[in-house]
Amino acid sequence: MGDLMFFTVAVIVYLFLTAYLGYYGYRKTRNALDYLVAGRDVHPVVMAVSYGATFISTSAIIGFGGVAAMMGMGLLWLTALNIIVGIIVAFIFFGKRTRKMGHNLEAHTFPELLGKRYQSPFIQNFSGLIIFVFMPLYAAAVLIGAARFLESTFPGVLDYNVALLIYALVICAYVFAGGIKGVMYTDALQGAIMFVGMIVLVVLTYVQLGGIVPAHQALVAMAAQVPEKLTAQGHLGWTRMPALGSPLWWTLVSTIVMGVGIGVLAQPQLAVRFMTVKSDKEINRGVMAGGIFILVMTGAAYLVGALSNVYFFNHPGFGKIALAAAGGNVDKVIPLFINSAMPRWFVTIFMLTLLSAAMSTSSSQFHTMGTAIGRDFIEPVFFKGKGQQYTVILTKSGILVGVILTVLLGAKLPTSIIAIATAIFFGLCASTFLPAYSGALFFKWITKTGAIASMLAGFTVTALWFLFVHKKEAEALGLCQALFNRPTLAVMPWTVVDPVLIALPFSFIVVIVVSLFTQKPSDQHLEKCFKHFK
Amino acid sequence: MFGIDDPQVWLAYLACILSAGFCVVYGIINWNKGDE
Repeated sequence: MGDLMFFTVAVIVYLFLTAYLGYYGYRKTRNALDYLVAGRDVHPVVMAVSYGATFISTSAIIGFGGVAAMMGMGLLWLTALNIIVGIIVAFIFFGKRTRKMGHNLEAHTFPELLGKRYQSPFIQNFSGLIIFVFMPLYAAAVLIGAARFLESTFPGVLDYNVALLIYALVICAYVFAGGIKGVMYTDALQGAIMFVGMIVLVVLTYVQLGGIVPAHQALVAMAAQVPEKLTAQGHLGWTRMPALGSPLWWTLVSTIVMGVGIGVLAQPQLAVRFMTVKSDKEINRGVMAGGIFILVMTGAAYLVGALSNVYFFNHPGFGKIALAAAGGNVDKVIPLFINSAMPRWFVTIFMLTLLSAAMSTSSSQFHTMGTAIGRDFIEPVFFKGKGQQYTVILTKSGILVGVILTVLLGAKLPTSIIAIATAIFFGLCASTFLPAYSGALFFKWITKTGAIASMLAGFTVTALWFLFVHKKEAEALGLCQALFNRPTLAVMPWTVVDPVLIALPFSFIVVIVVSLFTQKPSDQHLEKCFKHFK
Repeated sequence: MFGIDDPQVWLAYLACILSAGFCVVYGIINWNKGDE
């Protein structure tokens, strides 16, 4: 009871600070430029931490931490890729060009940047629609995780649906009022809490297990404890990569490392962060904060997940590996480890860490959904480019509709949808947007027709792969079973190969081939797009 | 290395540290560059 009281007080203080920062964002928002891209004048650390906190949701800590408990430390390749692609490539190569081009073309959103670069209203409308239709799925996944967490934290006090509603309303309030400034200021607070929580977690874990090298050696010595079922799928131990070409190897390398690691580049809610700073200097400074933040957030989660096996196996109360201790549910490994191995005072800090991780991701999703339907679809389609004075009200209306859609999905969808919905959104964004986005920033010869063809090809191939080939999603979606009376049309290894490895290269080929045979944009337009590019 | 037996895994551990280290060095070197 004392713990719950302590946590309740901590949550009230946290919500008060969040409300204050949301109000501060509201006071600093005067026009559409402020509401959509924070007046292009955000502090570099706020930008970098907001980027990281948006990227890292509860599922990255709990879900992937649990996956690391099952698969082992091979997941650290995802941390490496998150830093190399998600920070170094994203900030230094994509971020600077996104900022400059966004400034040159006066673009306020990711779809608007693509639409103006290719002089194609269709690209802006189509991108906005894709985001608005599929992001509620991803947002619902985060919402479900947060509501389940709140429900289990306040047992008997908070019903799941009530938790869902309170959580969504609190975030909706500061996103609606403060726009992206409200989102980014609160992200900075939430990111700071997450950073402290994860550093303490990894330090306490290593201390608990006798230090870095002894902890790793103890995990090496546990290789014989891998269950037969996992060994049959290619598991060789928690400090080793799965057997090359095995189902577990394909899942780890294609879905987890490549799917998430590359998919981050074309996430609209992350790309827009680069348009919120005034010069490359802020992006240069953001690289440092972003790199450290992602290392701590993901590295700590995956290391602790894998090392929890040592704790559970050596603990007289458990005496078995982490997955078995958690009853076979990977999502329960990290919470069980926190409650069993960590001091009571840290449990509260970790709960705030999880709440911060969920809220920082949800707030950006709500804002992006609002801009996608308001700024990128309704305004250009129904106001024919003459609705600038309605931008903020349309975006706010879009945020409300997006939140309602997300809450309805959150109330209806099963908890098992979290990983699937996240994978679908990341996969769709990567294959649909990345080739056209890369072409827009780096290659002047990529054409409007090439970009449209690649977006349609990437979207179609990804959708078909999820529906009929990739076993995990095809089984869950059920269309293949209904049409062909079998869960998937493919055989191993294709059933575990992530669509990003198929649709993304195909989409890149399409953008190149079609651009070679179609009309180039005018030199005058390209000069405007690439002004100040080195 | 680091008490890990599989080179593919300790390389990942090292890659994480080195890539984060690169971010820090890059940030320091370019701290005042980019607003020309």
